[in-house]
Amino acid sequence: MDFLLEHSPPLIVAIPLFASFLTPVISRISSRARDGIALASISFSTFLSFLLAQDVYKNGIKVYTFGASVPSLTRPAEIPVRIIFEVDGLSVFMVIISLVIALLAVIYSTAFTRKEREGADRYYTLLLLMVVGMVGMEMTGDMFNFFVFLEITSIASTALIAFWIVRAESLEASFKYIIISSVGALFVLLAIAFLYGEYDLLNIGALADAMRYTFIDKVALVLLLSALAMKSGIAPMHMWLPDAYGEAPPSVTFALIAATQASFYGIIRVCYTLYSSMFNHVVIGSLLIALALVSIIVGVTMSIVQSSLTRSIAYIGVAEIGYMLLAIGTGLIVKTENYGIVALKGGIFHIFNDALDLGLLFLCAGAVILSTGERSFDRLGGLARNMKYTSILFLIGLLAVSGMPPMNGFASKLLIYESTYRLNPILAIVAILGSILILAVLAKIFYSVFLGPELPHLKDAKEAPTAMLVAMFLVAGIIIFFSLFPGYVIDKLVVPAVDAMKDPTAYINAIMGGG
Amino acid sequence: MGFPETIHTGSGFWAPIFWIIAFIVAILISYVIRGFGRKDYKRGTEQVKPFLAGNIEERKEALHIRGDHAYWGFKEALRGFYEKSKKFHSGDTRDYILWFIIILVISFVLAEVV
Repeated sequence: MDFLLEHSPPLIVAIPLFASFLTPVISRISSRARDGIALASISFSTFLSFLLAQDVYKNGIKVYTFGASVPSLTRPAEIPVRIIFEVDGLSVFMVIISLVIALLAVIYSTAFTRKEREGADRYYTLLLLMVVGMVGMEMTGDMFNFFVFLEITSIASTALIAFWIVRAESLEASFKYIIISSVGALFVLLAIAFLYGEYDLLNIGALADAMRYTFIDKVALVLLLSALAMKSGIAPMHMWLPDAYGEAPPSVTFALIAATQASFYGIIRVCYTLYSSMFNHVVIGSLLIALALVSIIVGVTMSIVQSSLTRSIAYIGVAEIGYMLLAIGTGLIVKTENYGIVALKGGIFHIFNDALDLGLLFLCAGAVILSTGERSFDRLGGLARNMKYTSILFLIGLLAVSGMPPMNGFASKLLIYESTYRLNPILAIVAILGSILILAVLAKIFYSVFLGPELPHLKDAKEAPTAMLVAMFLVAGIIIFFSLFPGYVIDKLVVPAVDAMKDPTAYINAIMGGG
Repeated sequence: MGFPETIHTGSGFWAPIFWIIAFIVAILISYVIRGFGRKDYKRGTEQVKPFLAGNIEERKEALHIRGDHAYWGFKEALRGFYEKSKKFHSGDTRDYILWFIIILVISFVLAEVV
């Protein structure tokens, strides 16, 4: 167990990476064995992530230096030149989200790939590579590594969005996604090149330690924030998101939410660690808040006018990212105030809630599409008769996403409302109005898809396959647990992440003082 | 100190247990009120049919309000906003990149780069 714990950071990435290349080979022998390998690899990585989390919460930041005689040795040559994974409370929180979502996506996929046999072998390779990319982004302590993992995530996601290759819309969404991803990644690389040119460093901790906030640093900050904001789907750079989320297979969309959040993690890491106390917090915080408000307003208003089930939910996803950004921006402006900490707790908690709640809606939408072959509201209705479980699960997701008490979405949004109200009441008013509109949109979706009379062409619609239901019930189970015990989740998972954000010196010292 | 599930917001707290208790009480009150309702209601009889001023009821599927028609009034009231919003969501990738450049420029100005 000690060996597993010591090498857990690279193993969490290496196991799905190995499995990703093993699955197409095994697929030629048995599709069940292929599914089993995918499931086992993600399950084991998830287990390791919880083991790692326990260690990080107990003993502080975990550093893993590749190629060093002792993995915790960060400075064999006085400067941290080696590839280093650095896992603090925030990293491990994000890793847990990514892997839990990936595990549930794989369970759901086992039913999906049974229906969609064409390309199923490559599907798992790409899905596991996507997981490798996002988990790598969240654990690496190196800027260039971050870029590499960002690219891995983008390329795997692009191919997965185009999974239904016969659909022109899927290909178009995939094409748009790769353009947006390439432009975003290019600007991230440019920023890294600027920082490397100035400091001869790539390690995040070492860069944060050396940061002087020169003209070049300001340019790099703007490039990093803008590119990562686009990759996170923040309005008005969100337009790729409804295309991609709306056209990808539902299990992929579920994982894509976690991938998008990995880019959002990048924004947090840049603001709170790399540049920590350097920039004008009020200006950058206000910029983030302005983008958050635009995201909430654009997300909810555009969701109302969509005629596609998945696109409508995807626009709600844009609004949900707005809530997280609103909290992060508020936390930046009022770093020292108590309500700044409350905002951060709300924002960080909402990352997990968003992944689960929105994910559940997409999984239910996937079950509806699989059962009926329809995406348009105009062709759907009365499905609660044939899809009882899916309709109940959708209702749970609906209540959670719209922040209805006593759901988990309410708990995190309450923290966001109260803290933003202290900063400026208008922020809280927009946020609450946004939630009301989300409820209105989702009530419309629920009514038009599940309620009403039975439609003649949907008489033969069947309930989702067992594996899909299992995945959806597991997501709903976690949602209900988070709803009933929000204090427990905040204490155990959210507070260590917020503490890591508040104290960037710990992250820096783990590298610079660890030699 | 509080219940393990309680969260503190700085100016108040949230404990789902209290909400659940209130919800159960509300359900019980509703059930009691329901008990005062009419006892002569019979399912599957003429009683349950809607009265549409003597007109014949349309087929059930024809009465279903499709998703696209929901919130028609809201969309109509905000028609000007939606016309602009739809134009802004052109689906053209060049526009996507244009918005990225606009945000980049605004950020450069705010960060005092230019």
